[in-house]
Amino acid sequence: MILIVDLCGERGSLSRFEFVHPVSAIVGGAGEMAGTVHLSDLSLAACRAADGIVLCGTAIKDHAWQGLLGELDWLRNVRTPVLGICAGSQLIAALHGGKVTPWPVIGMQQTTVLEDDEVLGKERSFEAYHLHNLGPSLPPGFRLLAGTEDRAEAFRHPERQLWGVLFHPEVRNEWIVKDFVGICRNGSGAVVGKT
Amino acid sequence: MRLGVLFSGGKDSVFACHRAAAHDDVACLITLRSSNPESYMFHTPAIDLTALQAESMGIPLIVQPTAGEKEAELEDMKQAIERARDEHGIEGVVTGAIASVYQATRVQRICRELDIWCVNPLWQIDQLDYMHLLLAEGFEVMVTGVFAYPLTEEWLGRTIGTAEVTELATLAERYKINPSGEGGELETLVTDCPLFTRRIRIDKTSVEYADHSGTLHIEEARLVDR
Repeated sequence: MILIVDLCGERGSLSRFEFVHPVSAIVGGAGEMAGTVHLSDLSLAACRAADGIVLCGTAIKDHAWQGLLGELDWLRNVRTPVLGICAGSQLIAALHGGKVTPWPVIGMQQTTVLEDDEVLGKERSFEAYHLHNLGPSLPPGFRLLAGTEDRAEAFRHPERQLWGVLFHPEVRNEWIVKDFVGICRNGSGAVVGKT
Repeated sequence: MRLGVLFSGGKDSVFACHRAAAHDDVACLITLRSSNPESYMFHTPAIDLTALQAESMGIPLIVQPTAGEKEAELEDMKQAIERARDEHGIEGVVTGAIASVYQATRVQRICRELDIWCVNPLWQIDQLDYMHLLLAEGFEVMVTGVFAYPLTEEWLGRTIGTAEVTELATLAERYKINPSGEGGELETLVTDCPLFTRRIRIDKTSVEYADHSGTLHIEEARLVDR
């Protein structure tokens, strides 16, 4: 089961149709169960039980997830594979010591993959859909997969299966979500306890 | 949140309105009335029917005329959204965009300039599941325009039921059109749905059709009790 985490400001918001449902549909289409939970209800037990976790994006004006950062420190130690999309990638960066600063982009933009990666594939360029007012810097020790250290468009943890992508792969690049699901299926999904 | 729905009267904007009304407060509908039949952004046939739909839903309607030329129509849309903000206090705009990055990014950019929310509750929805969902939710949808091979004149005026969805699915697979017609293959009019207090009855129509491009002109229509 893949846990789809809704980062929208409100539980059950109208925006969930736009940012959560499309991801659930891709996971379902890849033959995997998708369970949805709002960020404010996310628990260690649920993360531990899941084979993978996707942290979804939010509307461009919605940064409510920042208010929950203080309660989510334990998420840093979860060993279940994680894919953070847009606000989700900013959340991962913020938890791991990166900075989130103004970086407004709306629309399709060229993304250049800097090194071969399990999720993003070969070193090359492709068009990706961006929708954000903010963006993250590369968290210390993480590997930069696209963008620059100050403006990290995609990154991963040096050892763990933990990715952040600032663009929305569920639009025009569904294969990224599918490849992540494939990794979750083969991975261990082990989780360490709270620190 | 107080929302304004970009409203053409076709199935996508009415269904987006239906979803928005279930969560938030739909304060007004915004119709761009384009005089260009090949508008990039706004659907043209049957647009005058939005006044009847708005009346049936009891929601105020803003009608903004536009020449429907590529960039000028975006300026007209911005003006209409500003009017909705000033007159109805909207904090966000709802669209029926499904897959068109072109449409979605343009509305997103205008909303960003105006510092209001942009919500797309049909975004990326599976188009066939969506057609079935429309039927299950009690939407009565009439085809008012066909603009692609192999859609023929016979589609004009047809109400979409299970048989039509099956037929569209077959055509979509064979001819690579969008089954819900978002690519502009199909234009529709919602004649009834759960938000309406009365349904629309079409009394008089005329058809214009040539080479897989046709429009059903609705000349007389009114609201009637179900």
